[in-house]
Amino acid sequence: MSNWQQHLPVLPVLLPLCAGAILLFPGETRRGLRAAIALGATLLQLLVAIVLLAMTDGHTSTPWNGEIGVYSLGNWAAPFGIVLVVDRLSALMLTLTATLGLAALVYSLARWERGGIHYLPLFQFLLMGLNGAFLTGDLFNLFVFFEVLLAASYGLVLHGSGPVRVKAGLHYIAVNLLASLLFLIAAALIYGITGTLNMAELAQRVAPLAGDERSLFNLGAVLLGIVFLVKAGAWPLNFWLPAAYGAATAPVAGIFAILTKVGVYALLRFAVLLQGPGAPVPFGGDWLFYCGLATIATGTLGVLGAQKLERLAGFLVIVSSGTLLAAFGFTGTTLTGPALFYLVSSVLGSGAFFMLIEMTERNRAAAADLLAISFEAFGLQDKHDSEHPDEMVGVAIPAAMAFLGLAFISCALLLSGLPPLSGFAAKFALLSAALAAPPEAPTLHAGLFVAALLLSGLAGLMSLSRLGVRVFWSAERATPHLQWMEAAPVAGLILLCVALSVGTGPALSFFNATARSLHHGPAYVDAVLPGATP
Amino acid sequence: MEVVFSLAVGVLAGSGVYLLLRPRTFQVIMGLSLVAYAVNLFIFGMGRLRIGDAPVIDPARGSDPALYTDPVPQALVLTAIVIGFATTALFLVVLLASRGLNGTDHVDGREPDKE
Repeated sequence: MSNWQQHLPVLPVLLPLCAGAILLFPGETRRGLRAAIALGATLLQLLVAIVLLAMTDGHTSTPWNGEIGVYSLGNWAAPFGIVLVVDRLSALMLTLTATLGLAALVYSLARWERGGIHYLPLFQFLLMGLNGAFLTGDLFNLFVFFEVLLAASYGLVLHGSGPVRVKAGLHYIAVNLLASLLFLIAAALIYGITGTLNMAELAQRVAPLAGDERSLFNLGAVLLGIVFLVKAGAWPLNFWLPAAYGAATAPVAGIFAILTKVGVYALLRFAVLLQGPGAPVPFGGDWLFYCGLATIATGTLGVLGAQKLERLAGFLVIVSSGTLLAAFGFTGTTLTGPALFYLVSSVLGSGAFFMLIEMTERNRAAAADLLAISFEAFGLQDKHDSEHPDEMVGVAIPAAMAFLGLAFISCALLLSGLPPLSGFAAKFALLSAALAAPPEAPTLHAGLFVAALLLSGLAGLMSLSRLGVRVFWSAERATPHLQWMEAAPVAGLILLCVALSVGTGPALSFFNATARSLHHGPAYVDAVLPGATP
Repeated sequence: MEVVFSLAVGVLAGSGVYLLLRPRTFQVIMGLSLVAYAVNLFIFGMGRLRIGDAPVIDPARGSDPALYTDPVPQALVLTAIVIGFATTALFLVVLLASRGLNGTDHVDGREPDKE
């Protein structure tokens, strides 16, 4: 077992798959066992992801040459077999997924997983889809992993049931099914023209295309781009997002914070592979930049108009997606590193925020009613709260309100990008990179980007403080009861952001190194297809 | 054959998109199914249309690739059919849940207000 390291890249897919399958067997009542399996699998995923991150960043020895690890499934060589590719960006996204997944899982174990059946297996399958989408080096496998994560997310968005969730879930499923069909058309078209589904070989075969073949290929690439933009929640394809995220149960919405980033990741990956003269939109040109700006604008309007914290959080996710799209669409590659920093910070922040708002809003009558209905429907109500359906189970933390207030302020600072937390560091890095970009990039673009970033931050701050005042300073609301298992993940995510802001320097240099290795396209092709490039 | 094939794909996709835009959940699921059929045919067509050629290598015919049709799109179609089948079943369940909870089959969960 001297070369155990070479099998690490497949573990993030295998672990949740096996854990999810095993979780189907013990009955719903054996909570201790099920929780132990789910927690163990997620912890292991986090461990594997961190080891992969250390390996791709060159801190430990690697079994492969260079920074990029390639795992051939069944040991079939690259263009014929299916490969998993792990580079810095993949490892970073894996770590982020596992971190957020662990937090959401711990939170849901407190009581949310009892709101319906098969929560834990679906959760593991969602993690499997996410990990697979970040790892795969094959276009069709990307589709399959997208389907795995979407199928799990369909189940999770309906978790807890109720008319609101079913309505939002219906729209969410219909939109995403259609997007999946477009993905199939795009994959088939690209295969029909280039004769390959391997992403590295695709990058090689695209360059010599010309004439009719080129236009057909561009058509396929555009369809692919539309699919990724739907997933990323870009305007005008994002109207399903706030309703679905707002209606989902808190831990599900928390893990969904990373779902839009899968689309962003895929866009970025293909933009690098297809770069060069004549790259099709949205992977090349200014198109993505303006799409990102429009997304920021609609998200900001939604943030200003939101009357409920859940919807506000959904619109904040749209704003962060828009910021990322605009940053990746910006001319040049200097913004990629800061944008990755922003991605990590905003995913952690919005994940914590989705879980936090459920805790602050649980003394509101409507949410309690909805919960009571779903708990009744499944006959899973606890003995403790049968007398007082409005009061939740759990030891009252004496300083519950203080904790909630502090966490809310931290999330508000993170999401609107104010000092001293990592949201500020990320936005500052983005702004300084954008301001330093002209002469290479048009000054107009830099100005628009800076204005959009600042205005969206201001709108977020206004809306968050307005709703925060209403929630925290109203006299008639009772202090909500919290459990340690619900407070701890939120606190953990916020502490991670604090750590990220303390270590801004090393973090930013890591993200810049990630961006550099990502934009060095030939390295990716060389690693997957050794000896193919002249 | 190409004309018939593309007409079939086009008619299926066209009627599917029309049904998708209708307000009743049953029409939406029929639309999704029709578009899925069109997409499956399209993937199949991307392997180029060949008559009488098998995708599996036959020892009697030899190993010349020109004698065989491209097996990859057929494998893709199989995967797509399985995934489409599962998601359609799931969508049916959601559709029935929506009908049961709201008492209407409108996609918005309520009848539009009549002026």
